[in-house]
Amino acid sequence: MSDRLKEQVLRTSGVNVLKCMRCGKCSATCPSYDEMEYHPHQFVYMVEKGEIEKLMASPSIYKCLSCFACIERCPRDVEPAKLVEAIRLMVIRQQGQNHLKPGQIPEMLDEELPQQAIVTAFRKYAK
Amino acid sequence: MQRIGVFVCWCGSNIAGTVDVKAVSEALSHEPGVVYSINYQYMCSEAGQNLVKDAIRDYNLTGVVICSCSPRMHENTFRKAAASAGLNPYMVEIANIREQCSWIHKDMPTATEKAIILGRAAIAKVHLNAPLMAGESPVIKRALVIGGGIAGIQTALDIADAGFEVDIVEKEPTIGGKMTQLDKTFPTLDCAACILTPKMVDCAQHEKINIFSFSEVEKVKGFVGNFHVTIKKKARFVDETKCTGCGECTAKCPVKGVPNEFNLGMDNRRAIYIPFAQAVPKVATIDPNYCNMLKNGKCGLCAKVCGAGAIDYKQQDQFVEREYGAIVVATGFNPIKLDQFDEFGYSQSKDVITSLEFERLTNAAGPTSGTLLRPSDGKHPHTIVFVQCVGSRDTSGCGKTYCSRICCMYTAKHAMLTREKYPDTDVYVFYIDVRSPGKNYDEFYRRAVEQYGVHYIKGMVGKVAPRADGKLMVQASDLIAGEQLHIEADLVVLATAIEPDKTARPLATMLTASMDTNDFFTEAHAKLRPVESPTAGIFLSGACQGPKDIPDTVSQAGAAAAKVIGLLAKDKLTTNPCVAESNELMCNGCSSCEKVCPYGAITYLDKEFRMPDRTTMVRRVASVNPAVCQGCGACTVACPSGAMDLKGFSNSQIMAEVDAICQMK
Repeated sequence: MSDRLKEQVLRTSGVNVLKCMRCGKCSATCPSYDEMEYHPHQFVYMVEKGEIEKLMASPSIYKCLSCFACIERCPRDVEPAKLVEAIRLMVIRQQGQNHLKPGQIPEMLDEELPQQAIVTAFRKYAK
Repeated sequence: MQRIGVFVCWCGSNIAGTVDVKAVSEALSHEPGVVYSINYQYMCSEAGQNLVKDAIRDYNLTGVVICSCSPRMHENTFRKAAASAGLNPYMVEIANIREQCSWIHKDMPTATEKAIILGRAAIAKVHLNAPLMAGESPVIKRALVIGGGIAGIQTALDIADAGFEVDIVEKEPTIGGKMTQLDKTFPTLDCAACILTPKMVDCAQHEKINIFSFSEVEKVKGFVGNFHVTIKKKARFVDETKCTGCGECTAKCPVKGVPNEFNLGMDNRRAIYIPFAQAVPKVATIDPNYCNMLKNGKCGLCAKVCGAGAIDYKQQDQFVEREYGAIVVATGFNPIKLDQFDEFGYSQSKDVITSLEFERLTNAAGPTSGTLLRPSDGKHPHTIVFVQCVGSRDTSGCGKTYCSRICCMYTAKHAMLTREKYPDTDVYVFYIDVRSPGKNYDEFYRRAVEQYGVHYIKGMVGKVAPRADGKLMVQASDLIAGEQLHIEADLVVLATAIEPDKTARPLATMLTASMDTNDFFTEAHAKLRPVESPTAGIFLSGACQGPKDIPDTVSQAGAAAAKVIGLLAKDKLTTNPCVAESNELMCNGCSSCEKVCPYGAITYLDKEFRMPDRTTMVRRVASVNPAVCQGCGACTVACPSGAMDLKGFSNSQIMAEVDAICQMK
């Protein structure tokens, strides 16, 4: 089961976790570090070990801001945020429904909300 | 018809384990021209070589085929054995039935069949072999060393001590290179200047060494033993023969705000300057970008104060032609630019510095006279963060993919010396791995941790943000503790990756010496010929071949010198006879070969030919200089008329091999 899940995460994200040299720069750069149970470098290592279910059950996948600082700064081009996103998508697809529909948007809008946040919300909560 | 002997080697079980060697020697004995065929356990052994020698004499062999390992291993062995038995060594062919057969096959019948086919191809080639005679070319007994850093200096001294003349060409106004900018050297902490300047003085005083400072190599022609080099002596507007280095001019020059490159721009020099007190040669240089006299003709103060009358505002670049037998490349390295690493704030804060800048800040001859002060406000830093692997081991495209190799040790040195001089300072080193494999290196690093209390933290720094109050907010990983750290630092030192000097690439083109994708010069063999370029007569010294610390550089410099001495000690060189040859009757003078020749071995001549009707006609035809040609064969492929051929690897020989391989039996 976990092998199949790992395979799926790697395929969806397009990430090669073996490129990681364990420098920790992703977690050093992460602005949500304190909010997360598992940190970006742990995502990379845990995917390598096949511990996908733990990650799927962790609130960390929703704490990631998708700011992609870890992708930007990684010296090995590993792209940890893409793993987080792939795992989040797996959870969403498993539940078989969108957590956010376009119709819900108008009532949620307020003037303070940046458009970027809506895009990010769709990325996180919809298929 | 040739009389060919076939010798099939077992190579212990290396070949015999997969190839039925008896079947091979039996099958090959029926090939046309084969008068003798045998197999033996170790052909390369003394006994095996004697089998070859005896058979040449007893059977009057005119050609020999050895079915064995790659010709890279033992071709020379068998050529020498054949020569000692009176056969031209170029009548020996090797069929590689080990690397290209037994090692890559598992199934014996398949491998045996392939071995027979490879043997058959070699036999077909020997039928067309002709005896070749190696020529000779003279050796000019003088060496050129390009680059006057510690690598070039050591190589030059070693060559000169063996009695040969050496020229050093250095692009800066003084020799000494990067080592002059260093403070102390690991792992023994001697002062860099104290151990380097005596060698610089030795170079200046050595009767066999000639220093071309502020000069560059402009053009290189020729070949091993016989290089013709044009050296450009850049105008320094000071007569080197008259200047005494008194410093009167540099003290009086009114242009004061010139960034001082010796201190990496952290202080200023004048428009006329001597880089540092122990410069060799100790001669002033005028910077034409800043000198008022050269820019608008208004000043001339230095000429007035110069007691020796050495100032010459009209000086021009000079070109010197010299001949050399060998060339040593010692062009060294530079730290990379940090434009791609905005997260460390190098361009935002003066207090984020590179390790080389740190060296200057702690050096007694540096901008702060050796007191460690923050560049921004001149205060003592109390918390210093060192970041390792900045731009090294980076495959994202921002930095360099390789390990820069020297940073772990110099960072340990910096951290240790800081704690020793300023015990009230907190020193953090963020590392990915600590690489300390040299003699006494790991002990040195451990001393920094255990005796000097440097905080080594496994993890990388993600962000350095300058705060309005001058503090630097460092956000980093502590992977062992599983924490994200936030440190308020006063100074951040980046262990910046190193790269080959920018002059190396155009130089490699001039020398036709090969480079890797990082612009490091490649060696002829990674393990067995580490100080020679694949281009004959070009040798490598120091960091131009790969990142290297001082002990390794000095070792390699000596090794390169030994190779140069070995070359210069010869009066004549034996040339490789397997070179290209142009058939003048077929050549149409199109220049295709000249364009592809990487060694510049092909020139064109206008030659008179007699025509059938007794008239003469002048045609442009290719001519190969056999002493320069390395036998790569590029010209034979490029030639549209089939006029170019490679001796020992002629088109007809190769086609005969292909035919033999393709024929069905």
